Parts: sequence; structure tokens; C-alpha cells
Amino acid sequence: MAYLELDRVAKQFGAQTVVEDFSLSVGKGEFISFLGPSGCGKTTTLQMIAGFLDPTRGAIRLEGKDLTAIHPAKRGLGIVFQSYALFPHMTAAENVAFGLEMRNVPRNERAERVRAALAMVGLAGYEDRHPRRMSGGQQQRVALARALVIKPSVLLLDEPLSNLDAKLREEMQIELRQIQRTIGTTTILVTHDQNEAMSLSDRIVVMSQGKIEQIGTPQETYERPASAFVSQFLGKTNDFAGTIDRTVAPTQLLAGSWRAPAPAGLGGPVTVSIRPERIGFGDAGLSAKIITRIFQGNHWLFQCDSECGPAIVIRQNDGQAQPAEGDAVRLTWRPEDMSVRARAGA
Amino acid sequence: MSMAAEERSVRAPWALTAPALMLFVGVLLIPLAMTVMLSFHDWGQYKGIEPVFILKNWHEIATDPYYAEMFWRTFRIAILTTLLTALLGAPEAYILNRMDGRWKSFFLLVILGPLLISVVARTLGWALLFGGNNGLVNKLLMSLGVMRSPIPFMFTETGMIIALAHVMMPFMVLSVWAALQRLDPQIENAAMSLGAGPVTIIRRIIMPQIMPGVLSGAIIVFSLSASAFATPAIIGGRRLKVAATLAYDEFLNTLNWPLGAAVATLLLVALVLIVVGSNALIERRYAEVFR
Ligand SMILES: Nc1ncnc2c1ncn2[C@@H]1O[C@H](COP(=O)(O)OP(=O)(O)OP(=O)(O)O)[C@@H](O)[C@H]1O
Ligand SMILES: [Mg+2]
Repeated sequence: MAYLELDRVAKQFGAQTVVEDFSLSVGKGEFISFLGPSGCGKTTTLQMIAGFLDPTRGAIRLEGKDLTAIHPAKRGLGIVFQSYALFPHMTAAENVAFGLEMRNVPRNERAERVRAALAMVGLAGYEDRHPRRMSGGQQQRVALARALVIKPSVLLLDEPLSNLDAKLREEMQIELRQIQRTIGTTTILVTHDQNEAMSLSDRIVVMSQGKIEQIGTPQETYERPASAFVSQFLGKTNDFAGTIDRTVAPTQLLAGSWRAPAPAGLGGPVTVSIRPERIGFGDAGLSAKIITRIFQGNHWLFQCDSECGPAIVIRQNDGQAQPAEGDAVRLTWRPEDMSVRARAGA
Repeated sequence: MSMAAEERSVRAPWALTAPALMLFVGVLLIPLAMTVMLSFHDWGQYKGIEPVFILKNWHEIATDPYYAEMFWRTFRIAILTTLLTALLGAPEAYILNRMDGRWKSFFLLVILGPLLISVVARTLGWALLFGGNNGLVNKLLMSLGVMRSPIPFMFTETGMIIALAHVMMPFMVLSVWAALQRLDPQIENAAMSLGAGPVTIIRRIIMPQIMPGVLSGAIIVFSLSASAFATPAIIGGRRLKVAATLAYDEFLNTLNWPLGAAVATLLLVALVLIVVGSNALIERRYAEVFR
């Protein structure tokens, strides 16, 4: 079932372990993102799949075959580099044709496929431009066309959009997703932008310091983060210190003056994580004071000082009156919107 | 902005560059103009230099095949030296660039170190090794019975080219090195991922991109070799003359300054034309890589 499989892959540079115990199986046609902060080993993992680095331990298999035994030039993967790495002395068409030339594709077929690939990324008519005469977005498209024209078994993208401005990046994200859906190439995208990972991927691999923190769909990782790191990294979150009181029946979860029936299986000190957009203002709950109120067009952002420390609340701008700075409020949320983890070291 | 301020802002750059400008005019342009003028003066064994305007020296250079041969030799040596430095220097820079950290800086020092030693000392080194019967290598080979007579090195064009190439190598390596630094660090991986083997990567991806570096290195090496004096003087002596040593001889031995000036002027003009011309060609040809 697994198309591409990484089996307990590890990479060490000297004494430094950069990737550890990395296991992942990717289905055919799936779009996977590696998401994590700078230096967490995303590029290193991608380069091991590409073959530019050899794993210290573990196996990488493509359709059951050991990929590490195959020379990088023979793996047939398509790669888009962060810097694009286009050949500056060749035109856009020559860049795209290079991989086909290496495969001895006959001239006529080559020209046809190059034309089609450039048209697919919206660069029809740019065949004879040199990369240095193109904008960042256009270069990015040439790099994508160059990687896709060889019909790669897997497409590897190393932060391909990070050099583009915000608006262009959003356009390219949509385009990238559409192209990937159309041709169905199995794709791995490296990014440190959580919005990018969430809007593009079928599944996200959240990484931190060379280890996998969580693998899941964008919704899963956002709504049921497996660790404090994931909840902090994927969007804003509030972490409140709470306790589970098992001396009363039914057992109670308390965070300040907010209380709810306790979830099963936990006891003692816990951390309650709740997304800012899931908190509302009510009559009972965590008491807090609003420090700042920021208007952001379609929503309001409140920074509050609560019994359990600082809290952020996001409310839709639905035309209702909102509390003002300095107001005393009560914060409430539905128990199913929070995630509760045992609190270490308490 | 007031008139006075505007005037001052126009004058300021001139005032600031004036000292350098005066130095430039004083030690370069004036002597150069005087040399050109000198080449039109007359000279006789007994009457010395006569400040008249005649074309005698230029006529002599144009008609006497001796000068044609000597200029042809000068440029032949310069071209072959350039080829040799390019053939050895470009791969050298590439290999150097692929070494890791510590070795890279060590070998870079080894390559650039000779720049700190005088050209004369470096050329004399060759003379000490290969100079006639007393040259160290020659003595060793002859005493081992490998050769009967010394290796023909001194007073030969081959010897001059080898010694010049040795002296000029750092300029070529540096120039190619600079071009290599401009390459995208992932460019070889990109080509590899598309299915290119190591030879194809060098031929199709690396070479075209470092060619401007090789060519600008070639221009430097060519012009320095064609006008080199110390190395040809030591290796070639008065037996195998090039333009620079000939001009020197006319000035200091024959004392025919006007003829020496004509030779020097011709060398300068030829070099300027060649360098400017090839530079323009290179920039046009490699516009995409230079940009
Ligand atoms: N060739 C190398 N030698 C030694 N250490 C390396 C090497 N390459 C990467 N590292 C280290 O490995 C770690 C992970 O690097 P990697 O490039 O995979 O990070 P990344 O997740 O891609 O980060 P970024 O988002 O900044 O690109 C870093 O701490 C880096 O310093
Ligand atoms: Mg990276």
C-alpha cells in the first residue's frame, strides 16, 4: 500500500544527530508536508530521499525497492530547490528540456513535452527567456516545469515558495495544489509556514529537532495536537494550567474558576490547550481582564490577563457589541474544543 | 538648494579626486605621451636623439621582418601561456572549490602564496633547477645517467612558457574561483536529479557558467604575459627576445631610445586593442551569465 516508505531513517553529521527515527509511509498520489522550525532537519530528510545525502541508519523504499541503493541520477525524482537552481546559461525551454535530453527523448517529442509543461505552469510564450530575466515567481514556475516534465515518481519541493511575496505565494499555492491534483504526482513539500502546509497537504508531518512530533491531516494536527510543541507551532493556542480533582464525583477538571467534567484516564496536574477562536465571553468561567483589543477586519483579537496567565481570544466580527479594553470578562469554551495533557514536572 | 550649494556640490567631486587625478596625469599620462612622441624622433650612433618628427622608427618596425618575428613570438608565448594556465588553472580551481573547509583554505594559501614572492625569485628558481649543466635537476639526471645533456629549458620558448605559466597561475585560479563562488550551491544536485552524470554536469552545467571567469582570467594572464619582462629576461636573456626585453635593450644597451619607444608603444597599442576587443566579445557572448 505504501508507495514511498521511510523506515526508521536517521542522519548524523559527526556526533550531531540531525534526523532521528523517522518513519513515514506515503500513499501514491498523496501530498505530504514536512513542517517544522528552521534547523529541524526537513531539508536533510528530503535530501536523503533525493539521494544527495546517505542515511546513517534506516531504509527508504519506493514501491518496495530499496531507494538508497540507486544513484540519485537514476532515481527519477523531481526536485524543486529553494533557490530554484535553474541553469542560468540556458533558456526556460532548455532548462525544462534538460531532463528529457538526459533520457534521450527524441527531439520532436521533447519539444512537445517542454511546450506542454511550460503551458501547464502558465509560462507559454516564455520559452526563450533566460532565468535571470524572469521574476521570482516565473523562475519558480520554470523550476516546477523542469521537475514535472520528466514525469517523476515523487516530486520533492524544498520551500519552493519562501522567496515569493505573500500575494504571489498564495496564488502559487493554489496553482501548485491544482497541478498536483490534475497529474496526481506523489508530492513531499518542505515548509516552515503552517498555513502553507495546512492549505496544501493531505497529511502534515510536524517535526522538531529531528524527530516526528505528529503525523496527521491538517485538521487532526490543528484540532488534536499530539504535543505542546504541535499546538504551539500550528497556529496560536492558549495553554492553561489545570487540575483534575478525583475526590469528588463525578471527577472535575478545574482551570481557575472554569470547570467541567474531567475526561477519563487522567488525574492530577494537567495542561488545558484551547484555540483562541474557540473561546467565548460568558457569564461563568475563567475570570479575566481585557488588556488590548485589536481590530483586524474580519475578526477581533483580544489579549487578556486571566487567572491562569495571559490568554488570547479571537472573535468573529459578526456585528455584535464586543467588550472594551479594561473590561472584566469570563472566558468559557466547550469541553470538546480543548485538549488536555498531563502536565510534566508538576 | 541655493546656487552656491549647487556649485559646491558640482565642484566637490573634482576637488576630492584632484590629488589622485594629478598623480595619474603626472606619472602615467605625461610619460606615456612623451614615449609616444619619442617614437617619432630621430636617432644616430653619434648625433644621439634629435627632436624631429619622422616615421623612420615606425617604418623600420613595419618593414624589418625581425620585428614581425619578435612580436609574433611575444604573442605566441602569451597565447600558449594563457592556454596552459587555463587548462591547468580551471580544473585546479574546481577541485579546490570541492574540497572541504580546512583543506580548502590550506590549498588556497599554497596557490596564492607565490604571489607574495617576487617574480624574479620565482623565475630564478626555475633557472636554478634547469639552468644548463649546473641546474640541480639537470645535474641529478646526468649523474644518474638518465640524460647526456641538460634538458633544453633555458633560452627556449618552452621554458619561457612553463615559467610564465607558473608565475601567472594564481591569477587564473583566482578568476575561476570567483566565478565558481557565483554558482548556485545546488546546481550540480539539480542536474544530477534530472539524470546527468558527472561528465555531463561539468561539460553542460559547470563549464558554461565558469567560462566568463576563465576568459577574464585569460585576458589578465595574456596581457601580463605579453608585457612580462622579468621572466623572459631571466629565461630568454638576450638570445630569445620578446617585445618587452627588446624595448629594454634598445633603451639601455643600444641607447636608441626612439626605436625602443616605438616598440613599447606598439606593444601597448596592440595589447589595449586585443584586451578591449576580446572583453567586448566576451561580454556580448556571455551576457546571460554575467547579468
Ligand atoms: N552538511 C552538514 N554538516 C553538518 N551539519 C549539518 C549539515 N547540513 C545540515 N546540518 C545541520 O543539520 C540541522 C538540520 O538542517 P536542515 O538543513 O535539515 O534544516 P531545515 O529543517 O531544512 O531548516 P531550514 O528551515 O532552515 O531550511 C541543522 O542544525 C544544520 O546545522
Ligand atoms: Mg531547509
